[in-house]
Amino acid sequence: MIVRKSDRVLVQGITGKQGTFWTEQMQAYGTTVVGGVNPKKAGQSHCGVPIFATAKEAMANGGFDVSVMFIPPAAAKAAAIDAIEAGAKTVVCLTEHIPSHDVMEMHAAAAEHGTRIIGPNTAGIVTPGEGFVGIMPAFNPRVFQPGRVGVISRSGSLGTLVCLNLVRGGHGQSAFLGIGGDPMIGTTTKDALAALIDDPGTDAIALIGEIGGSMEEEAAELVAKTDKPVVSFIAGRASPPGKKMGHAGAIVTGDRGSYASKRGALERAGAVVVDVPGDLPAALDALMAEAAKRSGAQRLAD
Amino acid sequence: MNFEEQAGKSVLARAGVSVPQGRLCASAQEAETAARAIGPVVVKAQVPTGKRGKSGGVKLATTPEEAAAAAQAILGMEIGGFPVARVLVEEQAAIAREFYAAVLNDPASRSPLVLFSTEGGMDIEEVAATRPESLRRMAVDIRKGFGPADARRLLLGLDLGEAAVPVAAMLVDLYRVYRQHDAELLEINPLALLADGRVVPLDCKLTVDDAALYRQTDIAELGARETLSALEERGRALDLKFIELEGNVGVLANGAGLTMTTMDVVSHAGGRPANFLEIGGEAYTKGTEALDLVLSNPGVKSLVVNFCGAFARTDVMAGGVIQAWKTLNPTIPVFFSIHGTGEDEAVRMVREELGIEPYDRMEDAISAAVEAAR
Repeated sequence: MIVRKSDRVLVQGITGKQGTFWTEQMQAYGTTVVGGVNPKKAGQSHCGVPIFATAKEAMANGGFDVSVMFIPPAAAKAAAIDAIEAGAKTVVCLTEHIPSHDVMEMHAAAAEHGTRIIGPNTAGIVTPGEGFVGIMPAFNPRVFQPGRVGVISRSGSLGTLVCLNLVRGGHGQSAFLGIGGDPMIGTTTKDALAALIDDPGTDAIALIGEIGGSMEEEAAELVAKTDKPVVSFIAGRASPPGKKMGHAGAIVTGDRGSYASKRGALERAGAVVVDVPGDLPAALDALMAEAAKRSGAQRLAD
Repeated sequence: MNFEEQAGKSVLARAGVSVPQGRLCASAQEAETAARAIGPVVVKAQVPTGKRGKSGGVKLATTPEEAAAAAQAILGMEIGGFPVARVLVEEQAAIAREFYAAVLNDPASRSPLVLFSTEGGMDIEEVAATRPESLRRMAVDIRKGFGPADARRLLLGLDLGEAAVPVAAMLVDLYRVYRQHDAELLEINPLALLADGRVVPLDCKLTVDDAALYRQTDIAELGARETLSALEERGRALDLKFIELEGNVGVLANGAGLTMTTMDVVSHAGGRPANFLEIGGEAYTKGTEALDLVLSNPGVKSLVVNFCGAFARTDVMAGGVIQAWKTLNPTIPVFFSIHGTGEDEAVRMVREELGIEPYDRMEDAISAAVEAAR
């Protein structure tokens, strides 16, 4: 889930305006882009890499690990399933407004082939100093610096703000994991948290959530079990009641989903939840100092 | 997009699912005529919300005169914030039992979920809490679908007697309609077993995925129009996500997460946001239209412009705002915070063209805006 320099990246929709702009940004940052997909321009090259008709053709001609989709909503299902069936390890789906039934078909195909989908509606993933996949300003040194704090965010814009605040407070990032703003995403807050807990390069975690769904409550189960400090901000406290959930929808999530529910679950699990994003670095400093003291005491005891 | 009961039943009927005979009526006189043709009826308020029965929006009528009186009483009521403009006048059914059935998108399994309970007519949350043994659920592999064998497996062990066969057929039909019409939710509560053995939907709640409306044009005209303010209508016409609120601090930001956060910080600083408006994603070129929209609200006393651009380039967004600001020449104060893609150029433009120095911290920009709005 954490992007590495060794990951070979395929760009689906590479020749479009956004596909071109962000492929150039990814390449300049050091991401290993090995090819692109556009059935109408197969055989040509673009941004210095070959264009294939399909992801399957790209897999047969040199291979790739991660696919990133610059594809409009109506064509997204076919593109994602092409990458999944080709054997992609990870598909980063940036597209917003994909019909939900198409999204469920993508997830079913991914489950069958063992592919991880990140998104839909994600801004992507960044490993400062190594590479990035998606549409995050990885190249902005005020926002991203190599470091030891892992960041999880549903939102790209809020994730950018949080990373900016961390760098300003002296904390670089081990990884930024943008998981996406859609209701049915392939990589949940809990999945991303598990990856950061396992990552030896991550000392502490900033978990950025939003109202709606129950992903933060589910992630709280892992927060309670880890020794790594977790700070959090949940967006939407001042939002009016949003989209009305159907009654039958409410049964699936019970009474979870509100700001109070999320904050309560995370605080009970030991996370520090701040009122404004600008308070994240100070909260992190305090928790990390405490953790350092604990591990120092542990070493003395040993 | 939500569908009122009658609209949902029309969708079912078009798909070949039999529904009770009924007519949509906008006056007491129409209701009387309908009842004369149908016989004993139930008169039901048509609003895209639940709890109609508890609000007095559902009445039985044996004669056409009673139907007219019931319609008279219900039309003009307000239920869940929706004024009742129409009633459904529907045949009274001889009900033997009431069940619950639904098909919905389930985020936990990332798949369709079929729900059935032998306890119909009450809130499904209540059923789950008080009679969990009556509730069955099945996550469906969307690529395989949900057929008669799946329905039988779902219903196995429930005390349905002869009704098991028509109930299973109904569940298969509901799944088919859910798939055919890109529904997020299709809920039938109650699903009635009639004295003659038929199984029919007595109510219907349908929500179709907004992202799929482009391929659901044949039913989209049946859906309920959202109640929007005049400004929200303008926002929708511009394809901007705009929600009008009660406060006096105007908010313009990019991305849903950052915009919600901007509102949170306004509130935390003791102020009240006047709106939600985000110009992230593909809308980042609409800075001019967006600013015009925020400033059209006469309640706005100060404005926060908060950009943290990833995909959305801050120089493009700021350019749009500056252009609109120069055209509209508003008298209220504006406070900027700008970071992310294109920030150096954006900050320079704001500084040089408006003579305003953006704040480094968004919390500081917002505190200043809240103070200025007092």
